[in-house]
Amino acid sequence: MSLDKATVSRIARLARIRVADEDLERLGNELSNILGWVEQLNEVNTDDVPPLTSVVEMQIPQRRDAVTDGAYRDKVLGNAPESEEGFFVVPKVVE
Amino acid sequence: MADLTHFTLSEARDGLRARDFSARELTEAHNAAIERARPLNAMALETAEHALSMADTADQRIAKGDGGLLEGVPLAIKDLFCTDGFRTTAGSHILDTFVPPYESTVTANLWREGAVMLGKANMDEFAMGSSNETSYFGPVENPWRRPGDNRPIVPGGSSGGSASIVAARAALAATGTDTGGSIRQPASFTGLVGLKPTYGRCSRWGIIAFASSLDQAGPLTRTVRDAAIMLSAMSGHDPKDSTSANLPVPNFEAVLGGDVKGLRVGIPSEYRMDGLPAEIDALWQQGIRWLEDAGAETREVDLPHTKYALPAYYIVAPAEASSNLARYDGVRYGLRVEGDDLIDMYERTRAEGFGAEVQRRVMIGTYVLSAGYYDAYYLQAQKVRTLIARDFQTAFEGVDVLLTPTAPSEAFATGDKSDDPIAMYFNDVFTVPASMAGLPGISVPAGLSQAGLPLGLQLIGKAFDEEMVLRVAEALEDAAEFNAEPDTWWETST
Repeated sequence: MSLDKATVSRIARLARIRVADEDLERLGNELSNILGWVEQLNEVNTDDVPPLTSVVEMQIPQRRDAVTDGAYRDKVLGNAPESEEGFFVVPKVVE
Repeated sequence: MADLTHFTLSEARDGLRARDFSARELTEAHNAAIERARPLNAMALETAEHALSMADTADQRIAKGDGGLLEGVPLAIKDLFCTDGFRTTAGSHILDTFVPPYESTVTANLWREGAVMLGKANMDEFAMGSSNETSYFGPVENPWRRPGDNRPIVPGGSSGGSASIVAARAALAATGTDTGGSIRQPASFTGLVGLKPTYGRCSRWGIIAFASSLDQAGPLTRTVRDAAIMLSAMSGHDPKDSTSANLPVPNFEAVLGGDVKGLRVGIPSEYRMDGLPAEIDALWQQGIRWLEDAGAETREVDLPHTKYALPAYYIVAPAEASSNLARYDGVRYGLRVEGDDLIDMYERTRAEGFGAEVQRRVMIGTYVLSAGYYDAYYLQAQKVRTLIARDFQTAFEGVDVLLTPTAPSEAFATGDKSDDPIAMYFNDVFTVPASMAGLPGISVPAGLSQAGLPLGLQLIGKAFDEEMVLRVAEALEDAAEFNAEPDTWWETST
């Protein structure tokens, strides 16, 4: 497994992490090393083995679909890098 | 008053109840010790004034005779637990100004039981690391050094600050979190007891998420008894965490003081790996003899998929991390770096806010979950995980507990492994399998390496059988008689 620069660039985009062009090759090598190492899992025969979905056997709890929390807008906005009149502020999304 | 920092947690608790000293005196001594220990860089935030006010409240409750399990006991809290009104960073630049407006369930449980918060402990960024070198706030040093050698030694990770500050006798205990070994491996590196409970024993609510199917809170302490007391205080059902187990919390301390006669201890043959240092293997064999001498039976067991646990972990954990860390987008909290448009703002924020190891893992996780690769990587890893869990189930049909080394080496020097991610990942080779199966594990200090650094042994138990793990841990602790302490070089360093 060896990731080319275009693939690394695509992964970085999906992950929303800006990677400078000059770093793509180094990062590609690092990621390729890790992926090459995890690929030893292909040696394991997993025919008829279900994927693990819960490590501990338990019943999924159910609750009433009701509002039980809230009404503290200022707390929610307290850590926002930018807020205005009770809203989060983001760069313009729609032209 | 310096002697007040050398009690175990249980001794301090008993001394407080007997009014031999006050919670204020105990807290003052620990505040001072934390200040002296600053060269270790173990704390991300010191809360000395708050600690004194909590101690005064504890003293009033003790005077009335209605103190909790940890009334007046000063603790350090890993900086992954949200603490209401106190900055919580996860060791990351992206959260370095974050002040939670709420309290994690585990820390709320501790305060309900009367514990005192000394401050927040430094850690690997987002709990991703095995040496505490990935923190935005700089590496943590281990109080232990090789005798005659003043090179800095890592405390392990990711709960490295928690381990370092307890080993330095500046907190009676600390909380940690363990995703693949982040409590047990630093405990082994610093001569402490580190307990990762069964997945679901402690609520994850308010703990900054790394890999949600693996993350579990637990204590770092100087004795097995202290770990039992801490676990009783930390655990319990929490409706706010849908994976929190709805089970009664035993009085874990009550199982101690017995013996291990007739208990069956499994020795997994697959853990005898190529390249295991001779002194680690020798200590493991010593551990087997100790438990046999105490009346336990030991027998070999097979866990055939052991070697695949680590690579499976490095698919599952980054996949979950890439999803969990998607929330850091520069909008609702934390760092924002302005950009040309919304996407550019996200990308610049995350590039500047996340360190190299976090970026690597988020990208690995993004890749293994992406269209066309999901089945080959993620699904295959989750199937292998089923086989790992089945291995343990089969082994536990014939034994009560498993005994293994905690880590494949002693603590290493700062910088020794930071350039090689996969070499760093191998630190967790003995701790990850139990994490993948959700099982409880404990590291108990068992001896010193030839170079004079602590080494631990690990016990792994059945799900929700922490009582068995603690019982056998106490027998190991009694036999090992580990009472070495690091030289206090940091108290005189400038």
